[in-house]
Amino acid sequence: MDRLDGNAIAGTMFEVFGREMTTAVGTCAGCGRVGPLAEVAVYLLTPGVVARCPHCDKLLMVIVDRRGMACVELAGFASLQEPPAAPS
Amino acid sequence: MERTALPRRLTWQVATAVEIVTETPQTRSIALDLPHWSGHRPGQHVDVRLTAEDGYQAQRSYSIASAPEDDHVVLTVERLEDGEVSPYLVDELRTGDKLELRGPIGGYFIWVESLGGPLLLVAGGSGLVPFRSMWRHHRAVQGRVPMRLLCSARSLPLLIYRDELTQIRADGVEASVTLTREQPEGWRGYRGRIDQDLLAEVGWPPDERPLIYVCGPTAFVEATANALVALGHEPDRIRTERFGGTGT
Repeated sequence: MDRLDGNAIAGTMFEVFGREMTTAVGTCAGCGRVGPLAEVAVYLLTPGVVARCPHCDKLLMVIVDRRGMACVELAGFASLQEPPAAPS
Repeated sequence: MERTALPRRLTWQVATAVEIVTETPQTRSIALDLPHWSGHRPGQHVDVRLTAEDGYQAQRSYSIASAPEDDHVVLTVERLEDGEVSPYLVDELRTGDKLELRGPIGGYFIWVESLGGPLLLVAGGSGLVPFRSMWRHHRAVQGRVPMRLLCSARSLPLLIYRDELTQIRADGVEASVTLTREQPEGWRGYRGRIDQDLLAEVGWPPDERPLIYVCGPTAFVEATANALVALGHEPDRIRTERFGGTGT
């Protein structure tokens, strides 16, 4: 299974959160690493996606599609900050 | 009536292929006509969805190869042998065919003039695609940010945008190419994989605090980003995008 990054699930995250999320900053509840969601390690698995901390490999986020409804698990983040305004 | 800024929704739309250019034996650029397009920023991508007759759907992300200023949105797609979407896009799709797509998507791996530089773009294989959007945008706005590009391909026939890379050199972009497996006779570019030495030679000194973008297959991006940090570049100034392709 290829390891990708948060850019690969930008569309899925937009669907779930209703906004661009790759620039949102998350803090790993495991090691405390702080960084944009674009940098998390992502594995695309049918029927969903798994995101892990690129530093300590802690499970950060799972998004699974169940009959058209997205089920989201975010417990691996100690915090998740709103993305900053986009540059123009 | 004054326009109200509503949150933009990400909805699927049906695009029409209006022009198809063969870049290499494995790669094609597809120009699209889109009914709803509010513009994009260089570096963004789209999601493409194919639906089989039995209803099975496969979805993949593709970087946008065109600048916001270009007439059409262009995707450059490399065929992955075990792919579910790319073999159709590279081998089957014809001009006039329809394609389901949503976007533009992404806010991290983008570059616009206001982000400044100097810029270093490092690509492995078809990791060059989002950079084409950036250099075309840079040219369209007559950007003043100095831009250097380093890209790696297995061989010259597998290098995408060959002619355009020659042209952007004339426009002032310092574009370097390294061929990792096979070099033609008289090749005057670099040979071998991108490593710390090559990045030091081609890139900017760390004390100039360049803004660096790295795009390519996962292993390529990891090795390149680590080499850049080892050279003294600030991790916060390095933006990365990994994809599941091959070909560096």
